[in-house]
Amino acid sequence: MTETWEWARSSPLFLLTATLAAYRVGVWLRDRTGGHPLAQPALVAIVLVGALITLLDIDYATYRNGTEIIAFLLGPATVALAIPLHRQLHRLAGLLIPMLVGIVLGAVASVTTAVLLLRLADGDDLLERTVAAKAATTPVSIALTENLDGVGPLAAVFAILVGVLGAVVGPSLLDRLGVRDPRIRGLAVGSVSHGIGTARMLHDDETQGAFSGLAMGLTALATSLILPLLALALF
Amino acid sequence: MIAGLLWLLGCQLVGEVVVRLLDVTVPGPVVGMVLLLAVLRVRHLDDEHPVVVTGTRLLDHLQLLFVPAGVGVVAYAALLRDHAAGLTLALVGSWLAGLLVVVGTITLLARRRAVDD
Repeated sequence: MTETWEWARSSPLFLLTATLAAYRVGVWLRDRTGGHPLAQPALVAIVLVGALITLLDIDYATYRNGTEIIAFLLGPATVALAIPLHRQLHRLAGLLIPMLVGIVLGAVASVTTAVLLLRLADGDDLLERTVAAKAATTPVSIALTENLDGVGPLAAVFAILVGVLGAVVGPSLLDRLGVRDPRIRGLAVGSVSHGIGTARMLHDDETQGAFSGLAMGLTALATSLILPLLALALF
Repeated sequence: MIAGLLWLLGCQLVGEVVVRLLDVTVPGPVVGMVLLLAVLRVRHLDDEHPVVVTGTRLLDHLQLLFVPAGVGVVAYAALLRDHAAGLTLALVGSWLAGLLVVVGTITLLARRRAVDD
């Protein structure tokens, strides 16, 4: 019995099954609640799996190794964002230059305010270096953070947190701001909440989703290029 | 499904190789995305093409793919609790600042261009 238990705790089979089951619960909740903003499948799954591994005393490194195949698919899924973009690209007419300028300025604002607000309220140098790249999508923020001597896996957590924030409150905030153009709505969420925000936008509307994916890619690009320069001024 | 996945992985692989050869910090999958976009436009692939079918199915479950990294919250729970106030301010504040700058800039510039035209 104990032997079987020890096997299950660290087996990818158990960890993958638990992750997929938790995600299914999230999807079920989203559909059941008619798309309630808080019922984001990723958020629900993270809470459930987080509770499970805490209760069963499974350490995060074991869980992460066991579910590597899911994280791996993030690469091909990012490539696949070209598909909605291809379908929606004709809508970019007239918006190309405003979009490029907006996304670069947005990336500068994200990095600068994150570092300065944290310095103001907390003052931990290592955390400042770790929070800087969080608007770029998870794998990019990890790589950029490590270049800055921050903590890569923690940067991934920050990226996920702002991603979930955008998925939960992004659309209703844009409603309040009176932003109705689906292209601008998508660009806004994708540039601050990357893939998780994009998943929400894609679920709501294809145009929003396509532009959110585009903004995600461009923000990752812009952050990669400007972060080394901003770091000279900020640190 | 395998044919579609092969297209996606192939684009990502080329992207990863390109960023390493050029020694840039741009993510490989993003270069792969640009490459696939070029393929889709040049070859006019329709909705039945394997890469479109597989890619669309993968995107339907994009949120799932962030779960393993997100569960990392557990590993850093103590640290997040100790710095809760500062981190909340920095994450929410910079998220909001980024969003407002993007929306403001694009709306302003798009309106100006519309007036110029």
